[in-house]
Amino acid sequence: MPLLEVKDLTVHFKIRKGWVYAVDKVSFTLERGEIMGLVGESGCGKTTTGYAITQLLPYNAYIHKDSQIIFDGVDLLKIGTRPDKHYEDYVRIVEYHPEIRKYRWKRISMIFQGAMNAFNPVYTIGDQIIEAIKTHEPNVSDEEARKRVEKLYDMVGIPPDRIDNYPHEYSGGMKQRAMIAMALVLNPDLIIADEPTTALDVISQDRILGEMNRLLRELKKAMILITHDISVVAEMSDKMAVMYAGQLVEMGTTRQIFKETSHPYTEGLIGSFPSIKGEKKRLQAIPGSPPDLSNPPKGCRFHPRCKYAREICKEEEPPLVEIGPGHYSKCHFAEEIYGGGA
Amino acid sequence: MFEEVSFEEKTKEEVAEEIHGEEVIVRVENLKKYFELKKSFFSFRGKPLYVKAVDGISFTIKKGEILGLVGESGCGKTTTGRLLTRLETPTAGHIYIMGKDIAPLKGKELKEFRRNVQMIFQDPYESLNPRFTVMQTVMEPLLVHGIGDTHEERVELVIRALEDAELKPAEEYLERFPHELSGGQRQRVAIARALVIRPKFIVADEPVSMLDVSIRAGVMNLMLELREKYHIPLLFITHDIAVARYMSDRIAVMYLGKIVEMGETDEVIFNPIHPYTRALLSAVPVPDPEHKHGRVEIKGEIPSPINLPPGCRFRSRCLYAEKGICDVKEPPLVEVRDGHYAACHFAEELAQEEFNPFKE
Repeated sequence: MPLLEVKDLTVHFKIRKGWVYAVDKVSFTLERGEIMGLVGESGCGKTTTGYAITQLLPYNAYIHKDSQIIFDGVDLLKIGTRPDKHYEDYVRIVEYHPEIRKYRWKRISMIFQGAMNAFNPVYTIGDQIIEAIKTHEPNVSDEEARKRVEKLYDMVGIPPDRIDNYPHEYSGGMKQRAMIAMALVLNPDLIIADEPTTALDVISQDRILGEMNRLLRELKKAMILITHDISVVAEMSDKMAVMYAGQLVEMGTTRQIFKETSHPYTEGLIGSFPSIKGEKKRLQAIPGSPPDLSNPPKGCRFHPRCKYAREICKEEEPPLVEIGPGHYSKCHFAEEIYGGGA
Repeated sequence: MFEEVSFEEKTKEEVAEEIHGEEVIVRVENLKKYFELKKSFFSFRGKPLYVKAVDGISFTIKKGEILGLVGESGCGKTTTGRLLTRLETPTAGHIYIMGKDIAPLKGKELKEFRRNVQMIFQDPYESLNPRFTVMQTVMEPLLVHGIGDTHEERVELVIRALEDAELKPAEEYLERFPHELSGGQRQRVAIARALVIRPKFIVADEPVSMLDVSIRAGVMNLMLELREKYHIPLLFITHDIAVARYMSDRIAVMYLGKIVEMGETDEVIFNPIHPYTRALLSAVPVPDPEHKHGRVEIKGEIPSPINLPPGCRFRSRCLYAEKGICDVKEPPLVEVRDGHYAACHFAEELAQEEFNPFKE
């Protein structure tokens, strides 16, 4: 049984003018100890997907009733939501649901985008991590909690004598490390990391990614790494899911995605990414810009920007088909253009 | 004998320029910018504290050349850009643009100089006035500098600049406001605004770091094409070394207010000499799952730029640092190979060993 199974996850946001179709029928599975990169451009729904797993979505989020998020055999959406009064196809999240709180942070923790602002500036970082321990495990004594924090600090590479410092006394890289420590403190099975190193300089980014990789492998934790930076994913993850305009367009192992690319959007994304390695190639920009998700294009959502688009792409939404072992592409012509991913 | 006399007034570089036939547009000499910290209540008697944001840098940019200025946050790269456009006043040093020192300019002269230099900023969401249409935005520099005699003439120039920035058909964009444009289009408007007065030199400060990957490539290609077309030299400031490699002919690496290494782009990337450059390059993630990551260890984090100790500023993090050498004298930027400069006491030795983190 996989650790996490997301099936047909659909999250729509209600706005004054109608709906924003932020995430549409996203499905993937994650095994224990696996790292999955969830990549895409801003507004593609990758963060919404991640936050839907821990049910940290804003008030106007409507989840389709057929969506499933099965974590360790339990459908979290069955527990933490109630049917909506006005729209019968949707369910909505119950805030502060006591059952979900047993999962959130205890079993599934998060590393937030911009750890710079994720800590409360008026408490010491140590107190904030200890609070997380004591909230979920009330029987733990103060000394024991402190010992656990010290051990973790050692693991993530912060001197333990910095526990009683306030957030402003930490550098950006140290805050990010402390955030990782906080994500690991309750020994969760899954960590959802949302752009964990985007705000950092290259050298700290490299160190923290290295550290995270080592820790995750050592402790056999699974992680969903949400980022727009495909080079970070290439270095970190076992498998990858590429999202575009709220949908999953390609999924497979990291190697398959990079070496046997089978979706025009992924091809464009890789082709527009400058590399420091190898020959200097002219970058290919993808024409146009991502669609407005309150009014996504008909048919394939990528067709207005796709160089291979034909008539059928404007009318019919392509299915997500398996074109190689464990390699999926949402393109009508995946086999034709990319030779079945080979 | 006669020849010696005729060369008398020229510096070595100027002679070299004549020989190579390449025109140097920008020459920066020993440029410094110190920011004085607000004195605290208790330290009113002590010496004032300075943040040495830029501490004696020199470089040149030739006609049509793109110099990439890279470094981590706080290394002084943005301050350098702001000095070159004279948004900041230098503490010391010279900035020659087309042979004229602009460092001491003030008032009217400064305004006249500004016609020659334009800047493209990082965030196209903030650098455009939300209440100006595209036409007003791009026409503003023409009005400020009194270019064009009639309104029609100026509109013509605006349209040409927008088309240069690949906003076609330009007429469709003229009456739009920034909120009606995507991020990539906004940055193109910013580029058009910089180009419309045909400056002699452009500073671009992280112009693509706010843009999405698929949009970013288009804006970078546009800037390269415009360089081909107008030969306007560009100082391209970025923290992203892969972007710097794509854009620039030469790269200068900054660390705590100093240039530590400078040279042809691929020469610096594939044969880095300075220990900092090596660490920086080996930390760059590569979009290739088969790439084997070779890490160069580097100690600690960037020290505070306030009251730096004497000697090499990288020495506290450097693996090669030696007592008695690195903590005594600050290493000068010397030419180690042809056109490849490094500021390290051990540059010669380090240049001997092969180091390429990106070997196939």
